[in-house]
Amino acid sequence: MTITEKILAAHSGKSEVSPGELINAKVDLILANDITAPIAMQEFKKTGAKDVFDRNRIAFIPDHFAPQKDIKAAEQCKMLREFSKEYHIGLYFEVGRMGIEHALLPEQGLVVPGDLIIGADSHTCTYGALGAFATGVGSTDVAAAMATGECWFKAPESMKFIYYGELNKWVGGKDLILHTIGDIGVDGALYRAMEFEGETIRTLPMYGRLTMCNMAIEAGGKNGIIVPDAVTEAYAKGRAKRPYTFYGSDADATYVEVREYDCSKIPLTVSCPHLPSNTKPAAELSQITIDQVVVGSCTNGRLEDLREAAQVIRGRKVNPNVRMIVIPATQQIYKEAMKEGLLEIFIDAEAVVSTPTCGPCLGGYMGILAKGERALATTNRNFVGRMGHPQSEVYLANPAVAAATAVLGRIGVPEEVATGE
Amino acid sequence: MILKGRAWRFGDDVDTDAIIPARYLNTSDPAELARHVMEDADKDFPTKVQKGDIIAAGKNFGCGSSREHAPLSIKAAGIQAVIAKSFARIFYRNSFNIGLPIFESRDASDKIREGDVVEIDADTGIIRNLSRGEQYTAEMIPPFMQELIAAGGLIEWTKKKIH
Repeated sequence: MTITEKILAAHSGKSEVSPGELINAKVDLILANDITAPIAMQEFKKTGAKDVFDRNRIAFIPDHFAPQKDIKAAEQCKMLREFSKEYHIGLYFEVGRMGIEHALLPEQGLVVPGDLIIGADSHTCTYGALGAFATGVGSTDVAAAMATGECWFKAPESMKFIYYGELNKWVGGKDLILHTIGDIGVDGALYRAMEFEGETIRTLPMYGRLTMCNMAIEAGGKNGIIVPDAVTEAYAKGRAKRPYTFYGSDADATYVEVREYDCSKIPLTVSCPHLPSNTKPAAELSQITIDQVVVGSCTNGRLEDLREAAQVIRGRKVNPNVRMIVIPATQQIYKEAMKEGLLEIFIDAEAVVSTPTCGPCLGGYMGILAKGERALATTNRNFVGRMGHPQSEVYLANPAVAAATAVLGRIGVPEEVATGE
Repeated sequence: MILKGRAWRFGDDVDTDAIIPARYLNTSDPAELARHVMEDADKDFPTKVQKGDIIAAGKNFGCGSSREHAPLSIKAAGIQAVIAKSFARIFYRNSFNIGLPIFESRDASDKIREGDVVEIDADTGIIRNLSRGEQYTAEMIPPFMQELIAAGGLIEWTKKKIH
């Protein structure tokens, strides 16, 4: 069995699970945010359940339109607060204690290796980086699971992605996943598990793994997953709030497809409008001028991401034609970035630094594009109208490319700006 | 159950931001969401669409976000069913969970044109194109999904399970 099949089997009281099999599995954690939780709460009440299955296994995180961007958003956030009080939800994160859900929950040790997690947010697949099975579902799925502690799944077929060779300078998890999506397309892994492995993955730090698994959904994947190892152990140790289990894939596990990538040939990669699969080497896009740069999101808003951007922009100024918005993904990241002097580097470069929020990534607020404007962002989607006006454009890239682009006023690579060591 | 309606055509990879842009997600009121359905794919769609219409699209319909607001806005706009070559998985789940009939059919997806009058037999998966005199077959709905439909959606199914 693959790691995905093993986790599904372990959570459904079976010794074995095969692709295509329909199972009811116990969930270790359920999460929802200020966009998806209101419907889940409303539907939960309709089930007639007297209580939630476990108040300490449900997480509500107002992060999309919080701090509350308008009256309607405030009403939605209020629903989360009131429901959490009514049912004594243990994992409710108020503004000031929150962060972007998929950065916050791993950081706080609330998702652990071997878990089965569902979230009413498509980027729930992020936690596969820890060796957990995690997948995005809708609000109604969350409502039913809040009542029963279970969720139905069709066990997915697995695809294996093997990465070998040394990464080029500044190339990281974001480039690997964009390159992969460019290779297989936005439905290249539809309904499937994407298992990432190989020598390059073994040496890839946890933040890069989180970025890769985060974007599995952008290839249509049900989950992204990496078999846990020493990097996982080092991350989980002292952080995990619950006991954890390492699962691995058997040598004779079945994969519907195996793809290999020589990482020494993967360049700094950018996804062009309007699909994440529309990838090109960053170096070939130097004619594209940019109005806004965003560094942040559940994909690339972690401390190491901010460090990479800061290293490129240090001692430089954001181009006069560009507004640069930096969003540390959690309060803890914000604080660490402050202590390390990263925020000062950004502010000295004339970028703005925002409190944690999903904000501009989904065109919510805190950096919306006007008609005809173009952004380069470290986020995960570049669909039509994703960051604002339907006639605006989004390019996706890693934090170092984003910082270089902010300085140059056009898409560029870090080598084009002095690194300010 | 027979679903008969006029078809609207959309292409491949229609994402959830096109179905219901996030700028309207500060509410989950179905009627309000319906006023912006498919707006970023076709800005006039919310005013053109009529109750009983059907959407026919290409591959990977509903890709992107997990927002249930996407199938909700389609359903609330009075659209009876969506036919596509394939559906993104969260959209697929959500549609069954909330009771929006969806059908996977490569043939229907390739051949239905805008304005065609289409009749779907939800029980057999036979799709008749009355405007062209053609007939297509949709993928069989898996037994568990049929159980969900019969129960009236996931919440009703869950209710039976816990009581």
